[in-house]
Amino acid sequence: MASTATPRTPDFERHGLSDEQLVAMLRIMILHRTLENRGFALNRQGKIPFASASEGHEAVQAGAAMAFERGKDILVPYYRDLGLDLGIGLTSYEVMLSLFARIDDHSAGRQFPHHYASKKLGLYTISSVIAAQTSHAVGAAYAIKLRKESGRAVLTTFGDGATSEGEWHESVNFAAVHKLPIVFLCENNEWAISTPLSAQMGQPDLYKRAAGYGMPGVVVNGFDPVACYAVTKDAMDRARHGGGPTLIEAKCYRFLSHTTDDDDRSYRTRAEVEERRKEDPVPAFERALLEQGVLTKGSLDELKASILAEANDATDRAEAVPYAPPGDLFTRLYEGPWEPWQ
Amino acid sequence: MAVATSSSQVLNNVEAVRATLYEALKNDDKVVILGEDVGNRGNVFLITKDFVKEFGTERIIDTPIAEASIVGIAVGMAMEGLRPIAEIQFADFIYPAFNQIVGEAAKTRYRSNGEYTCPMVIRTPYGGGVRGALSHSVSVEALFYHVPGLKIVVPSFPADVKGLLNAAIDDPDPVLFLEHKKTYRLIKGEVPDGHYVIPIGKADVKKEGSQLTVVSYGLYVHWALEAANQLEGDGISVEVIDLRSVRPMDKTAILESVRKTRKLLIIHEDNKFGGIGAEISAMVAEEALFDLDAPIRRLAAPDVPAMGYAMPLEEAYMSSPAKMADAMRDMVKF
Repeated sequence: MASTATPRTPDFERHGLSDEQLVAMLRIMILHRTLENRGFALNRQGKIPFASASEGHEAVQAGAAMAFERGKDILVPYYRDLGLDLGIGLTSYEVMLSLFARIDDHSAGRQFPHHYASKKLGLYTISSVIAAQTSHAVGAAYAIKLRKESGRAVLTTFGDGATSEGEWHESVNFAAVHKLPIVFLCENNEWAISTPLSAQMGQPDLYKRAAGYGMPGVVVNGFDPVACYAVTKDAMDRARHGGGPTLIEAKCYRFLSHTTDDDDRSYRTRAEVEERRKEDPVPAFERALLEQGVLTKGSLDELKASILAEANDATDRAEAVPYAPPGDLFTRLYEGPWEPWQ
Repeated sequence: MAVATSSSQVLNNVEAVRATLYEALKNDDKVVILGEDVGNRGNVFLITKDFVKEFGTERIIDTPIAEASIVGIAVGMAMEGLRPIAEIQFADFIYPAFNQIVGEAAKTRYRSNGEYTCPMVIRTPYGGGVRGALSHSVSVEALFYHVPGLKIVVPSFPADVKGLLNAAIDDPDPVLFLEHKKTYRLIKGEVPDGHYVIPIGKADVKKEGSQLTVVSYGLYVHWALEAANQLEGDGISVEVIDLRSVRPMDKTAILESVRKTRKLLIIHEDNKFGGIGAEISAMVAEEALFDLDAPIRRLAAPDVPAMGYAMPLEEAYMSSPAKMADAMRDMVKF
């Protein structure tokens, strides 16, 4: 890795991030994409029933994760947050256990992929119901405020689609009323499965809604991981020290179909997707770090090789883990023993 | 009937709820109450009157009118270690919170394989007989009792209200606590002092009898008792079981009683179709059909959306002690 004395192009703003942190962000972005592509490949091989897509979200997620304080903050994500989950400490092995639905998965194979739950990581359990997690995030933020735990905040994320839900409005409003320690981060990829922004809202700049709630609203290029880090860090710091909530809109794009069960050719043109692909944040950030001398071609190749090895190892190990036995259906519904009605 | 002693006092159901909530707030800093008009107004039935003065607006939270997030925020609070008691002002307003109760609270433990839990109570007044019309009278238990992961309590007597509400607040899993609003001030009873718990899922035989088992809950337990006591004078002996909880349901108590009396009448205020009585009937038919001397009968609301505002429409919808007595007499004669 190059030293920080390497000359920089003037328009690269690192917002106080060290070389190690920049490389760590790129690592998460490449790992995110590698594991996601692995999910699609395993699905096509018939080894797993389903995989979901978040290509195009790598930058915002790696950036936001860098602003998350491990061991203190709480993340209440949505299901398209693989990179954010990895960025706060989830391992590749845990991801593959989730994809393979094995017994050692966080939900022991009950949940769809990427619905994690880890108190150690501060990662909340979610369902697939859009925006249902937003009020949980607000409740957690209320608990932090009630206990006067300064220095902690909640980061909650969702797509543009979630902002149409009534519960999203209710939650953002409640956070504003009580000036809660929470950051609402919208990963606006322009598509709610097949429904474009134009059919979702009359005014496409989501961050502007913040003014209506009485909180700061910030827009950021969701393809720029360092910029996403900077606005999230700023908002999280404000939340951690009594400054109340912020709504961030990171404008990005979903390059793939919604999931392995979707076919985006039915609702958007290849020309549109190809045009947007030119902004792909993963090669762009690789180039930036090469240009900045943070990485060399050689160290980038090494990084990619280590990620691939990690993904392969995680795949093999997870695949070898058994499923939960059928009797596991009847466990951990209530605390203690219970008698199922039959 | 209800006489205060040195270790008990006579309370109505509102007072029993209030006293129990007060003790919970006093004993545990983690307990918070949130809902519409629970703070300054002290709840529309004055259950939480003046709580805000003693416990502050941070723990007695007047929420915006937003039922889904009242429950959703309570779920987040519970996952983060608080003991929230969410109030839905009237059960009729609980529908916007359906997903949070069914899809989120009830599945928190299960979907995270025990990593996160959701110890919370959702209290709500329900039921008719108060000229509540279509939107202040409904019974909602059947909409929720289908859902594993929930517990549903429907107490009818003040002493049960206290013991079961304590159990609900202490419970490590989400509990829907349904309070019949007509019983709020109508029903008084002796309530023991101090902290005690009645286990959720245990029915109570409110009156012993030998010729017929009546299973009911809520306001109708009182009416069933009135009818059964009246029939006692005619030499008819009816056993009245108060379910107190509809999930988990006390199968053992129902079967024991039915095997003794050999006849079963289920009475509830909620609709007959798909109601609590449907499940009890099916269960008894599966487990004890050949112990029965008469077909199972259900006395329940007609298959219409709710009771009307006009008095005749309310009366036509609801049962009465007289209608219950007729049904009991018919069953015993069979």
